[in-house]
Amino acid sequence: MAKVTLEDINKVYENGFHAVHDLSLDVNDGEFLVLVGPSGCGKSTALRMVAGLESISSGKLSIGDRVVNDVHPKDRDIAMVFQNYALYPHMTVADNIGFALKLKGVPRDEIRQRVLEAARMLELEDWIERKPGQLSGGQRQRVAMGRAIVRRPSAFLMDEPLSNLDAKLRVQMRADIAKLQRSLGVTTIYVTHDQIEAMTMGDRVAVMRKGVLQQVDDPQVLYDRPANLFVAAFIGSPAMNLFEAQLVEDAGSWYVGGPNGRVRLSDASRAAHPGLQRYLGQTIGVGVRHENLHDLADRPGHPDDQVLPATVDLREALGSDLEVHFTMPGRRVLTEDVREGVEGVSEMGGETTPLVARFSPRSRVREGETVAIAVDTDRLHFFDLATRASIWE
Amino acid sequence: MTSVHDGPLVASPKASAKAGAMEPVGERTHRFLSAVPTWVLWLLVFLWTLPTIGLLVNSFRPKQDQLTSGWWTVFQDPSFTLDNYRVALFDPPGGYVSFSKAILNSFAIAIPATVVPILMAAAAAYAFAWMPFKGRSWIFIAVVSLMAIPLQMALVPLLQLFTNGAHLTLFGQTFTVFPDLNLNGEPIAVWLTHTCFGLPLAIFLLHNYISSLPADVFEAATIDGANHFGIFWRIVLPLSRPALAAFAIFQFLWVWNDYLVALIFLAGNKDASPLTIQLVNLVTSKGAGTELLPSAAFISMIVPLIIFFSMQKYFVRGLLAGSVKG
Repeated sequence: MAKVTLEDINKVYENGFHAVHDLSLDVNDGEFLVLVGPSGCGKSTALRMVAGLESISSGKLSIGDRVVNDVHPKDRDIAMVFQNYALYPHMTVADNIGFALKLKGVPRDEIRQRVLEAARMLELEDWIERKPGQLSGGQRQRVAMGRAIVRRPSAFLMDEPLSNLDAKLRVQMRADIAKLQRSLGVTTIYVTHDQIEAMTMGDRVAVMRKGVLQQVDDPQVLYDRPANLFVAAFIGSPAMNLFEAQLVEDAGSWYVGGPNGRVRLSDASRAAHPGLQRYLGQTIGVGVRHENLHDLADRPGHPDDQVLPATVDLREALGSDLEVHFTMPGRRVLTEDVREGVEGVSEMGGETTPLVARFSPRSRVREGETVAIAVDTDRLHFFDLATRASIWE
Repeated sequence: MTSVHDGPLVASPKASAKAGAMEPVGERTHRFLSAVPTWVLWLLVFLWTLPTIGLLVNSFRPKQDQLTSGWWTVFQDPSFTLDNYRVALFDPPGGYVSFSKAILNSFAIAIPATVVPILMAAAAAYAFAWMPFKGRSWIFIAVVSLMAIPLQMALVPLLQLFTNGAHLTLFGQTFTVFPDLNLNGEPIAVWLTHTCFGLPLAIFLLHNYISSLPADVFEAATIDGANHFGIFWRIVLPLSRPALAAFAIFQFLWVWNDYLVALIFLAGNKDASPLTIQLVNLVTSKGAGTELLPSAAFISMIVPLIIFFSMQKYFVRGLLAGSVKG
C-alpha cells in the first residue's frame, strides 16, 4: 500500500503535442481515485506515465516515498488492468494470473496457492485451466483483475477496464471492482470516460480536459459545486441545463431572466453566491439540474416569481420519474467546453434553449403544451461566461 | 458446389442483377469461376497430373519395359517390380551413396537450415517491430531489400568467404575481416548460405505478423516484469506459431529441393550430398542407371508431399501473412 503523488507532471510528445499540463495529484493510501474526462483529455496518458509505459517529460512522480520517474515499470510495484484485458492468449487462466509471480521466481507451490486464492476471490476457480479465448468478456475482465491482485502491489492502475463489457455487466462489475478495492485497500487510480462510473466508484474524482486538471473532489461535491462550465456540463446525466441570462436588481431582489421572463433568486441562493454582486447588470451563464425543475401543479405554495414558462417537446416516462424535454426562448450556453463535456449535445438552438426536467410521474403535462416550471432557485449554478468559472465568493 | 446466391436471404433476382452492374471485379471473377462446371476442373487436374502419374507408373516397371514401351502400355500388359526402389535406396550402382543415406543427408541440411534462420528472423522481426532504436526503419528497409539479390550472383563471393575468409591490407597491415573457416565441402557452409538467403523474406513475413500482435499484451508483460528476452521467448514465439510454421514450411521445402547451393558448397563431398545431388549423379555417371530415375525422383518427393499435405492450412495462412489479420 502506498500513496501516489504527481507533482507538476507534463507530457510533451516528440511531435510537440502537449498531452498533459502541470498535473498535480495526491492519491492517498488506499484511496480509489477516478480520472475522468472526454477522449483525448490526457487521462490515459497520465495513467501510463504512472505505470511507466510513457516517459515523463517533466515533473515528479512518487509511489510511496520513492521517486519513480526513471524506475522500470516492473520495479514500481504496480499492477495494471487494460481496456482490452491484454491477457496472454496462449496461456491458461492460471498461467495468466501467475505470470508475474513466475517471472519473479516465486516458488511453484506458492504461485499455485496465490493463484487459487485470487481465483476464488473472483469466482474463477472453475475456469482456471481454460484459455482466455474460451471465456466470456466478463470472465476475461476478472482474469485481468486476478492478474493484478495476485501480485499484492502497492497500487492498481486501471485503464477503462469496463468499456468493452455490455451495459448490464458493466453495472455488475462496477460494483464488484469497487467492493474488491475496498476489501483489499489498495491505492487505485482508475481511468474512465464514463462520468457515471466515476461518480459511483471513486472516493474522489479528478476531472480532466485537454490535458489540464479541472477539479478533484468527492463525487457529491463535483456534482453540487462544479468548478467551471466544463465540469458542470460533464458531470451528471442528463447534463445540466445551461442558458444565458441577465442578472438584474429590482426593488432589492435579484433576478435572472431572458426573453422568457425572469426568476427571483432566493435568499439562500444569494447568500451562497455573494460573488454575484459583481455581475449585476451583466449576462451570466445559469445552470440548473433536471431534478431542480418541477411541475408547478405539483408544488402548491411555490413562489410565483420563481417560475418559468416553457413548451413541452417530449415526455419520457421512466416509471419512477417523468423526464420532460422543453424548449424555451433564450440563448443556451454552448461554448466549446460545454460541447466537449456533454456527449451527443444537440446543435439545435441559437435563440432557443432546450431544457430537461425531472417531474414526478403524477404530472399531467402533455406534449405541445406550455407549462409553468417551478425553479428551485436555491440550487441554481452561476458561471462567468468569459472565464467559464463558477461564481461563488 | 452450389452457388452462394441460392440462399434464402438473398433479395429478388432483379435486385441482385442490378447490384451486379456495380460489383467489384474480384467478385465478378469469383462468380465466373464458381460457375465453371466441376468436371472442367477435374479435367484440368487430370491433364496437369498426367506426367507425374506416368513417372509413378514407370517407377514400378522393370528396366526392359521402361526402355521399350511407354508407361500407358501397362494397362494391356501389367508387370510391376519394386526392384527400382530397392536398388536406389539400398544398393546404388557404381559406389554411389545410397538414397537411404542421402535422405538423412537431406534432413541434416534442411533441418538446421530451417531452424536457424527462423529463430534469428523471429528475434530480428521482434526487434524491428517492438524495440525502438535509431535508424530502425532504414535498417529494416535495407534488410528486406536484400530479397532482391539473386542467389546466383552471391555464390562465388560466398564460397570465397567461407574457404579463405576476408582480409584487408591497408598501409602494409593485414586485417582479418572474416576468418579462414575453410568450410569448403562442409554441410555447415550450406546451412549458412540458406540461412543468409532465407533471412530477408523470413524477417519480412514475421515482422508483418509480429507487429500486428496487440501492444497491450507486451505492455502487460512489461508491467508483469518481463524484459525483452522474456517477452520474446514467452509471448512472441508462442503467439507467432502460425507464422513460424508457415515460414518453416517454405524454407524447409526450398532447402529440401535445392540443388545449386548444395552442388557448389559441398564441392562433391559425396558423404554429405543430399537427395537432389545424388539424383543427378544417377544419370550422369551411368547411362545404365536411368531406370532408377523415376523411383529416385519419387523417393525425393515423399517428404515434401507429406509436409505439404499435413500442414496445408499453415501454408495458405503463411501466404496471407500480414495481409489478412489472424
